[in-house]
Amino acid sequence: MSLTDKDKAAVKALWAKISKSADAIGADALGRLLCVYPQTKIYFSHWGDLSYNSGPVKTHGKKVMGGIALAISRIDDMTNGLLELSEQHAFKLRVDPANFKLLAHCIQVVIASMFPNDFPPEVHVCMDKFLANLALALAERYR
Amino acid sequence: MVEWTEQERSTINKIFGSLNYDDIGPKALRRCLIVYPWCLKYFGDFGATHNAEAIQKNDKIAKHGIVVLHGLDLALKNMDCIKATYAKLSVLHSEKLHVDPDNFKLLSDCLAIEIASLMKSDFTPDVQASFQKFLAVVVSALGKQYH
Repeated sequence: MSLTDKDKAAVKALWAKISKSADAIGADALGRLLCVYPQTKIYFSHWGDLSYNSGPVKTHGKKVMGGIALAISRIDDMTNGLLELSEQHAFKLRVDPANFKLLAHCIQVVIASMFPNDFPPEVHVCMDKFLANLALALAERYR
Repeated sequence: MVEWTEQERSTINKIFGSLNYDDIGPKALRRCLIVYPWCLKYFGDFGATHNAEAIQKNDKIAKHGIVVLHGLDLALKNMDCIKATYAKLSVLHSEKLHVDPDNFKLLSDCLAIEIASLMKSDFTPDVQASFQKFLAVVVSALGKQYH
């Protein structure tokens, strides 16, 4: 399910609307991930404070959205564009790639709650495809 | 048996208590069919569904969205025995409708997105966790009679 030109345009248009709030979106999405899917806490146990809106969660949420921005800037070839991030997730962080889907869902829940008029199904499908392709690119170096 | 805290019961009942089924039912089903178009497999005799615009305008899909959302009322009224309550519906979806049970989760995710759009900042992580736990239990119950 690769990205069409229409998908890429929709993702970039949505990003233009929401990127000012990227830090808040990232913090909210990551906080939700840890709350709604507590099994994901295993990757952050070294933080101490895993509560929603804690310092480490906010900081890391910002980092995650930086990754999303990077992916959008390399949207025409995310597999090659995200090789370094893929290696990091595969060999250093060892994140089970199944979790990428969970975070993608949380990101989209946050976008829907913060920008309900900008996230109709016609835009949601493009974003969902983008995040799915991003997850594939992140999983590229796993095996 | 699934354990529910008082907070979870209250959160879930509050969401459904103030829900406009006639609005959210169609929205959730339309979103599912537009975002996950393979689900259209089960709607062959629902008329025009060839693109997002057709799906949005389709009355039969809208009506069915309301039916599906009301299907959750069963779980709401029987929160302590959802598995048993959905046994017949599970058989229906498996043996008559032949719906791939993976699709239940897709619709449940779309419903969560619609509720997030509706509740905005009131859809806190704890509210989302309770709501998705409820949907996950229903999804599991619907898949139980498949073999």
